[in-house]
Amino acid sequence: MRDLLTIENLRTHFFAPEGTIKAVDGVSLRVREGETVCIVGESGCGKSITALSVMGLAAGSSGKVVGGRIEFDGRNLLELDKNELRTLRGHEIAMIFQEPMSSLNPVLPVGEQIMEPLIEHLKLGKKAARARAIELIAQVGIARPEQIANAYPHELSGGMLQRIMIAAAISCSPKLLIADEPTTALDVTIQAQILDMLRRFKAESNMSILLITHDLGVVAEMADYVVVMYAGKVVEEGEVTELFSHPKHPYTKGLLRSKPILNHRQDELYAIPGQVPNPLELTVSCYFHDRCGQCMDVCRSREPRLREAGERHRVACWLYEEAVAYV
Amino acid sequence: MSAISGGLPAADTPIARKESVRTSLWALALRRLLQNKLAMAGGIVVALMFAICFIGPLFSPYTDNKIHMALMNKPPNWKHWLGTDALGRDVLTRVMQAGRISLTVGLASMVLSVFLGSLLGAIAGYYRGIADQIIMRIGDLLLTVPSLPLLFILGALLSEWKVPPEDRMYIVMLLLSFVNWPGIARMVRGEVLSLREREFMQAATVLGLSARRKLFRHLLPNLVPLLIVIASLNIGGAVLSESVLSFFGLGVMPPTPTWGNMIDAANNLIDFQQRPWLWIPPGFCIFATVIAVNLFGDGLRDVLDPKQKR
Ligand SMILES: Nc1ncnc2c1ncn2[C@@H]1O[C@H](COP(=O)(O)OP(=O)(O)OP(=O)(O)O)[C@@H](O)[C@H]1O
Ligand SMILES: [Mg+2]
Repeated sequence: MRDLLTIENLRTHFFAPEGTIKAVDGVSLRVREGETVCIVGESGCGKSITALSVMGLAAGSSGKVVGGRIEFDGRNLLELDKNELRTLRGHEIAMIFQEPMSSLNPVLPVGEQIMEPLIEHLKLGKKAARARAIELIAQVGIARPEQIANAYPHELSGGMLQRIMIAAAISCSPKLLIADEPTTALDVTIQAQILDMLRRFKAESNMSILLITHDLGVVAEMADYVVVMYAGKVVEEGEVTELFSHPKHPYTKGLLRSKPILNHRQDELYAIPGQVPNPLELTVSCYFHDRCGQCMDVCRSREPRLREAGERHRVACWLYEEAVAYV
Repeated sequence: MSAISGGLPAADTPIARKESVRTSLWALALRRLLQNKLAMAGGIVVALMFAICFIGPLFSPYTDNKIHMALMNKPPNWKHWLGTDALGRDVLTRVMQAGRISLTVGLASMVLSVFLGSLLGAIAGYYRGIADQIIMRIGDLLLTVPSLPLLFILGALLSEWKVPPEDRMYIVMLLLSFVNWPGIARMVRGEVLSLREREFMQAATVLGLSARRKLFRHLLPNLVPLLIVIASLNIGGAVLSESVLSFFGLGVMPPTPTWGNMIDAANNLIDFQQRPWLWIPPGFCIFATVIAVNLFGDGLRDVLDPKQKR
C-alpha cells in the first residue's frame, strides 16, 4: 500500500497570553491508501488540532504550525498557497465534524449544500450537480432524496444531518476523509449505521479514513491502525489487533481497561486516576508520569522517545527502554 | 470517478416533522410575526400611511397648490377637511404631498445607509485587518459626534452654499445616510465576526468553497434577518431626523412640503394657539409613522434576530 498522508514531527502551538500551548508537539503518523487510521486520546490531547493542521485550518489568530511536514499524495501541504489548498479541500481531502447540526448552514436547503463542492471542484452545472446531490443523498441511506434535498437543516434529525455531511464530504470522491468524532453526538443505533456506511464507502472507493474518536468501541469497529495521543504527543501506535491484544503503554492499558465490556460487568468501572496535565505547566518528562502506576524516576525528568516495540508497533515509554543503553 | 455507488438499504429515519408543516425558516418567521398583534398594528399603520400619501393626492382637487387669498386660514370644513393654510392651500392635500417627500426621504436614506453600513460592516468583519481598522475608526469618529448637532452643522452649510430647493431633498437623504451608516456598520460587523466563527463557515471552508461563495452564499443570507430589523427601525429614525432638520429650516425647503417644514410654517404663537389644524395633522403623521415603524421593527426583531430572543 502506498502512503497517502505522512505527518512528520508536526508541531502546532497556540500563543496565549498565559504562555504557549503546545497542542500538537511532534506528532508523526501515516495513513496509507485505503487504510483507516484512528487517533484516540482523552479530551484536549490535540486530536482535532492535528486534523485541522492537515486541513490548513489550525493556523488562526493565535495558532501556528511551528514545525514539521505534512505530505499528502506527494505534496507538502504546509507549502501550498491558499488557492492550492482550497482546491485540495473538499476535493481530495474532506472532513466531517462532530456536530452535524451546527456544521450545516441553517438558511440553505441541505441539497444545495451538497451541490456546492460539486459545482466548485468538479465544475458541474446546476442541474447536473443537483441530480448528483440527490444520488448522493440516496447513497447515504436517506429515503425520498428529492424531498430531503429541499429540506432545511432544522427539519432533519441529527443522524440524517450527519449523513448529509458525509454526502457533501464524499461528493467529489476524496482520497482521504478526516472524520472528527463523527458519531459522538448521535445515539448508538445511528452511530452503528453511520460507521457501517463509512466502511462501505471506504471499501468501494479505496478511500482512506483518518478517524478521530475517544470511543474504543469505534476503534475496534473501524481501525486498521491506531495512534494513541496524550498531551499533544503520540504515546503508542500499532495495528489494531496488536494494540488491543498487546498494549504496552500504561496509558493505552488504562484506556482499554476503562472500556466497559459486555458480560464482564465490574463492580466499578475503571478510570485512569488523575487528570490530563495543564498544557501550560508541562515540563520535560513523560507527561503521563503523575497518573502512571509504574512511574519511575526517569519518567519525571526525561522524555521517552517513540521506539519500535514489535511489528508495526511503537511505544514511547521508559518501561520498554531496557534494551537501549539505560540512561 | 464514481467508485462510490450503490448505497445502504434506506435507513428510513422519518423526516422530523409532518409534510404539511415543512416550511422554510422564513415562513416560520412570517407566521410568528402575524401572531404579534402590536407589530401587525404597526405594520398596518405604516402601510396605510404610505397608501394614503401616495394614492390620496390623486383624488384631491387641490393638488395645483394655487394660492387663494380668499381661502386663507380657514378651519376644517366640508370642502377642506383639514382646513387651509396661510396661502389658502388645502392642508389635507399638503399633508399627503408632504408625506410623499418625508416617507421617500426616510425610505431612500434607510436604503442608502443600510447598504453603506452593511457593506462596510461586512467588509470590516469578514476581512478584518487594515480594512477593519480604517472603516471602524472613521465610523467611530462619526459616532462620537451626536448626530443631531452634526446634521445641523451640515444643514447650515447647505444653506450657505445655496443649494437649489428642488435638490435639497436628495442632499438631505445623503446627509442622513452619512450620519447613520456607522451605527449600522458596527452592528453588522459584530454579527459578521460571530458568524464567520460559526461551525458551518468552517465546514464551508473544509469543502473548499471559494471566499466569494462563502461570503455571498453562506454568510450574507444569515445576515438578512438582522438587516431587515435594522432597516425597519432605521426608517422611523430617518423620518424623524428629516422632520427635525426641516423644522429648523435646514432640511427640505418650502414650497416643497414635508411634515417638518409644515410644522415650522405654523411655528408662531397665533397659529399655535388658534389654528391647530395647521400643525396637528403633520405632527400626528410624524408621531404615528415613527411609533408604528418602531413597533413593527421591534416585532420583526423578536421574530428574526436570534440574539434578542426572550
Ligand atoms: N484556539 C485555541 N487557542 C488556544 N488553545 C487551543 C485552541 N484550540 C485548541 N487549543 C488547545 O489545544 C489543545 C488540543 O485541543 P484539541 O481540540 O485538539 O483537543 P481534542 O483532542 O480534539 O479534544 P476533544 O476530544 O475534546 O475534541 C487543548 O489543550 C486546547 O486547550
Ligand atoms: Mg476535538
